[in-house]
Amino acid sequence: MSKYLLDKFLYTVDRDAELVERYRDDPAGTVDWWEREMANTVLNCRPEEKSTWLSFTEHERQALREHDHVTLFHLGAHPFLTLTLFIAMFERDHGPLEYQRAYARAMEHIQLPYPDIAT
Amino acid sequence: MATVAAVIASTHHPFYYRASTSTGADRPPFADEWVVKIEAFRQTLTRAEPDVLVMVGSDHFHQLWLDNMPQFLVGKAPFFDANWYNEEREFGLPRMRLAGEEELAGYLLREGLDAGFDLAFSNELRIDHSVTCPIITLRPQADLPVVPVYTNIFAPPMPRPERFVQLGRAIRGMVESWPQDKRVAIIGTGHLSLELGGPRQFGPHGPDPEFDRKAVTWIANGDVDGCLAEVTLDSLHSPGNATHGFMDFMLMMGAAGDGVKADYVDTLDLFHTMEAYFTWYPQGAPS
Repeated sequence: MSKYLLDKFLYTVDRDAELVERYRDDPAGTVDWWEREMANTVLNCRPEEKSTWLSFTEHERQALREHDHVTLFHLGAHPFLTLTLFIAMFERDHGPLEYQRAYARAMEHIQLPYPDIAT
Repeated sequence: MATVAAVIASTHHPFYYRASTSTGADRPPFADEWVVKIEAFRQTLTRAEPDVLVMVGSDHFHQLWLDNMPQFLVGKAPFFDANWYNEEREFGLPRMRLAGEEELAGYLLREGLDAGFDLAFSNELRIDHSVTCPIITLRPQADLPVVPVYTNIFAPPMPRPERFVQLGRAIRGMVESWPQDKRVAIIGTGHLSLELGGPRQFGPHGPDPEFDRKAVTWIANGDVDGCLAEVTLDSLHSPGNATHGFMDFMLMMGAAGDGVKADYVDTLDLFHTMEAYFTWYPQGAPS
């Protein structure tokens, strides 16, 4: 379980307008590229000063490839990060607040306590 | 010594800027009532005639990230650029720049460290909507120097609610002992019940109106003991998964003082969340 890495993916894509579009248009390709090239980058360090140990589980990789916000929630990804990025990708296809409400409806079977998001 | 001209606690709703500036068909039906309430709230700060603003808020995973996460951080810089690409994208927030009050920031850091708060600091901090929303609502001319104080209400493990109250008390005391003849307003923003990215988000009200009712009563009465008797890190999951932002309100209760009733209280029940506005005048209400 690599909640931190899921969050890192969501965080680094969300803050980059080009990556938001790339992940919307080609989720599988973006996830594969990101895990290969970006997952081990320490964000405030020079590129050559990489980590050596970060990777997704297959379940996590699949949830990201499928834009599956419900599974990401179950996996303990930070809900704020997931929501912000998914609004950026998909709100444009819907009327005002339609997407946010559909996003919630897809999760209405989920009861408290929610999955732990501590990293 | 400095004077605490006002203590102000508020929600920070990132939709206010767009709602209040939109026109015609784009203007939401609740905008006019919201603007009236905000303009009345703004007067409570204007009347206090502050020179400096201490601004308590929380970075929403903008500059502060999980590889290096402070619990409490003071911004000490001559300027703070503000608002981020994803806040422009989602909320239509403008880019802003605020002046910093470095001397007070340095004073809070030194005194805070000596008082047992291991405060982090930043000499280059881009602030986000937790600080700029109250600037937009309370001081839209953005003409006063600020000291941002960031708290972690977002990334567990977080400090417990008691610690937020203690830090609020400490900030109040440190401002009062700052050896400058300045009028300082301490302004902090947080949330009542709130759900983000979960099944209870974007409902017709906040996710837990009963929690909101109790929270407004605690804050309005300065009922720190009553609040601390019910609110824990665990209990805050129940009203909504982003309700830990209420701990910033608890910090402000500490700054306002135990048992001190707010001089101004207002609320607005919106979809998704309840707005709440509180002002205390430690020196008595200005005429």
